[in-house]
Amino acid sequence: MSNATATIEEQVHEHTALPQHRHHFETEEQQREAGSFGMWLFLLTEIMFFGGMFFAYLLYRNWYYPAFATASNQLSVPLGAANTAILISSGFCMALGVWASEVRRRKTLVVMLVLTTLFGLAFLGVKTVEYKEKYDHHHIPGNSFSIAEFVNPAAYGIKEEPLAPDMAQKTQIYFFLYFAMTGMHALHMIIGIGLLFWLTHRAWRGDFTEGYVAPIENFGLYWHFVDIVWLFLFPLLYLINRHPLH
Amino acid sequence: MAHEISHDQAHDASNVTNPEHAEHHIVTPLQYTFVFVTLLFFTGVTVGAAYVDLKWANPVIALGIACFKAVIVILFFMHAAYQSRLIKMTIASGFFMFLVLIAMTMTDYISRAWGMW
Repeated sequence: MSNATATIEEQVHEHTALPQHRHHFETEEQQREAGSFGMWLFLLTEIMFFGGMFFAYLLYRNWYYPAFATASNQLSVPLGAANTAILISSGFCMALGVWASEVRRRKTLVVMLVLTTLFGLAFLGVKTVEYKEKYDHHHIPGNSFSIAEFVNPAAYGIKEEPLAPDMAQKTQIYFFLYFAMTGMHALHMIIGIGLLFWLTHRAWRGDFTEGYVAPIENFGLYWHFVDIVWLFLFPLLYLINRHPLH
Repeated sequence: MAHEISHDQAHDASNVTNPEHAEHHIVTPLQYTFVFVTLLFFTGVTVGAAYVDLKWANPVIALGIACFKAVIVILFFMHAAYQSRLIKMTIASGFFMFLVLIAMTMTDYISRAWGMW
């Protein structure tokens, strides 16, 4: 009898100690598990979404390899590598933010979320510089696209094997995929940065340093997923064939 | 006694022996730092390897390094290493499904012009 009373008291205690615990979950742990599970399911749909573009890349790269290699060499490896480092740093700060939330350090969490945002904005800034350069060179697919630099690279001071005009046209497919993939990646980052502003505000209020970590943890999953997409985009788009003449 | 438990107390807080029970594991800043440094190091390696002529091995190495980096991000930054088997299975099945879709679509494209080369 006394044991049963103690159990009920424990239950009551467990119930009141965790305000984030919704009544339709048996335990707070089950609630957290369900949240992670749902977030991962969402990320799997994201894998399929980006996967379609990665498949298109794989196929066209095999079909039009010379066009892909030549066009890829027009991207800046230093900018791409710097952006990779910036994004990894952003992910690192996000990971530390999850830790700060778990050990209930409000100010550390806010600082980490702000740093995550700043690195994210720096990434987008570098990306803007790269896009502008493509615009200036008429390397955006469409009516104003110019194959001049690919058909006659010597005239532009580019050390590259010239492409035949029909193959040079296929560089448009490369640049289309480049803009589609990095553009969708950037859109994910813009959405992420919007969410970061909201999370930073709530973290400042103290919402996530009282034992309720789930929103920070699940946003972290999203942010790291976006990082992973870039970890594949960087070698596939920037580093196709750098060695022959460079 | 049991009949006196009201509805909102009826959940079984002691039900922690179920197979999905997973501790909320806290990954330390030191572990995150190791992962961070490893990721930066392999970014350098993948750039360096791209400038060396390794024939067919170039894309294989580039993708190998990218996969390795992705795996350590998933395991540690995304805490997959410390999650329940349900979550691990979910992650693995997603990537497996992705590989199946790539392989099936590729067999179609490769076999369309079969015997015409």
